[in-house]
Amino acid sequence: MPTQTPQTLYDKVWNAHVVTDAGDGSALIYIDRHLVHEVTSPQAFDGLRINGRKPWRLAANLAVPDHNVPTVNRAGGIADPISRAQLDALDSNCAEFGITKFDLMDVRQGIVHVMGPEQGATLPGMTVVCGDSHTSTHGAFGALAFGIGTSEVEHALATQTLVLKKAKSMLIRVNGHVGPGVTGKDITLAIIGRLGTAGGTGFVVEYAGEAIEDLSMEGRMTLCNMAIEGGARAGLVAVDDKTIAYVKGRPFAPKAVHWDAAVAYWKTLKSDPGAVFDKVIEIDAAEIAPQVTWGTSPEMVGPVTARVPDPATATDPVKRSGMEKALAYMGLTANTPIEQIRIDKVFIGSCTNSRIEDLRAAAQVVKGRKKADSVMLAMVVPGSGLVKQQAEAEGLDRIFLEAGFEWREPGCSMCLAMNADRLEPGERCASTSNRNFEGRQGQGGRTHLVSPAMAAAAGIAGHFVDVRSF
Amino acid sequence: MRAFTQLTAKALPLDRPNVDTDAIIPKQYLKSIKRTGFGPFLFDDWRYLDPGTLDIDPATRRPNPDFVLNDPRHAGAQILLARDNFGCGSSREHAVWAMDDYGLRAVIAPSFADIFFSNCFKNGFLPVALAEDQVQALFDVVNADASAEITLDLPAQQVRLPDGRRFGFDINPHHKHNLIEGLDEIGLTLQNADAIKAYEAQRQQQAPWLFA
Repeated sequence: MPTQTPQTLYDKVWNAHVVTDAGDGSALIYIDRHLVHEVTSPQAFDGLRINGRKPWRLAANLAVPDHNVPTVNRAGGIADPISRAQLDALDSNCAEFGITKFDLMDVRQGIVHVMGPEQGATLPGMTVVCGDSHTSTHGAFGALAFGIGTSEVEHALATQTLVLKKAKSMLIRVNGHVGPGVTGKDITLAIIGRLGTAGGTGFVVEYAGEAIEDLSMEGRMTLCNMAIEGGARAGLVAVDDKTIAYVKGRPFAPKAVHWDAAVAYWKTLKSDPGAVFDKVIEIDAAEIAPQVTWGTSPEMVGPVTARVPDPATATDPVKRSGMEKALAYMGLTANTPIEQIRIDKVFIGSCTNSRIEDLRAAAQVVKGRKKADSVMLAMVVPGSGLVKQQAEAEGLDRIFLEAGFEWREPGCSMCLAMNADRLEPGERCASTSNRNFEGRQGQGGRTHLVSPAMAAAAGIAGHFVDVRSF
Repeated sequence: MRAFTQLTAKALPLDRPNVDTDAIIPKQYLKSIKRTGFGPFLFDDWRYLDPGTLDIDPATRRPNPDFVLNDPRHAGAQILLARDNFGCGSSREHAVWAMDDYGLRAVIAPSFADIFFSNCFKNGFLPVALAEDQVQALFDVVNADASAEITLDLPAQQVRLPDGRRFGFDINPHHKHNLIEGLDEIGLTLQNADAIKAYEAQRQQQAPWLFA
């Protein structure tokens, strides 16, 4: 009797969504969930209007404003008329086409990649897309989730499908257990440091191993969130009891009548023993220390215990020149100990690290301490109104405020500085976000990516410190 | 969509790896709700010495004379030459719109980030991946003579240099066909509407909670 070929998790989710296979290297893939925000959708809605098209399946779409929203004095509205126009466009487009949207003043409003899982709008085994590269976040649920451009937003709206080429598969196995003070953020940064920002290009990555199983759902979301920074359009983690427990009871989760059938299906969402990956990477969890980026690409990263690397040691001339440009932009000298780098601002937030567990970790470090006088601003931006509410119920807001940190309203904020929250030229920030690109947090701003606990500790000390001995 | 078949044009050499979409078009311009008008802000942080926003007339700003795009020898270039991992980062299609609005029609690099690569094909814009040494050869040709014209021949899947060298390139047949014909992908997909409905009916049986 023929035995079935073992399948990867990616194979299973892909195969369950093939509408047609064109036979020319592309397939039509069904999209279960489409998340919408204000920045990448207006041109897609225009496209629908111009061509007289309607959304294929309204219930598959869920919209929320996040990129442009103010994090202070929200009741006062949005001061920037251009930002306001973009939010107004989301309002009118969702109203015109009948798409469910959480308004700015709704407690469910938040960063689209925090809101989706929080609402149960992201479920195991789904295909999830959004006009945002950090859609990879939702892969933490064993969902095939990836960012798309605006033309694909329009395509997903109009047809509930996308034309895709199947990617290659990579397994990254993080063996053993991480030490105290080492988080999902440090794991994901260490992986990017090893494989490079293009290491995952053309692949869908599945993360596995004890260290991944150990992570909470929040930690797995942080991990998969930055799959894209390693070049992989999507990251995946197999479904386990934590996944199912997280989903249970959420507003968009399956109701009682379907729950058992859904759970039975979800439990199949893992790679079969013997499944073949195009590439396998093994990483020893015990070797991962808290990470700090020193350059202008997430691959320019190292342990907090290290020094800023010396471009002279790079043999490849393109790489050397890239390092030189990065150090010049960052205002850093080669061989400076990372712990001696002083910071001006702290940003705790973003779709990478703004969930309740992240805020708890930062608050634990901050509790009973004061922000360094040399740090001009330390801001905490919860990922959603519900995260904010939960944190306040736990008293985390008071811990931050007593330490001299600011407690803000939810949104993308200074991860990409589309709203008023930004770095001034030359300012240096310990940030829990995902990109340290030139100008990302404000023109001329200098970003160091770290975990929430590391950002909090830097805010207290005024420079980077090893949170394990802080 | 605008079709792409063949292009003979000057090339703009952007000699740095990992050029991200934040660098191609910074976030403040993403507040525009249009698809056009991004050309004056292409590579904005490198291109101007003073900061810009949608409100500031780019003609009033100070160009950075050291940035390659401001070098008059490269005026009118329609092909961008770039290094590894071009277009990494954010999914913003505004990056392609900005390149297109500036007048570029194609980009050649050793490798591209996946989302950017996919966005190009939705806009009649051709991304060509060549081997590292072939890209270096193109940089050498353009650095030696900025007026050198490169030919991109999509039907033949070939890059031709003025000295007669020819580099073949791979492309997904689906992408090639749609570019050459200038096809509207949504219109094509909607020809499969019955298949999509059939898929939904079958999926609803298997996973009813997705349709509840």
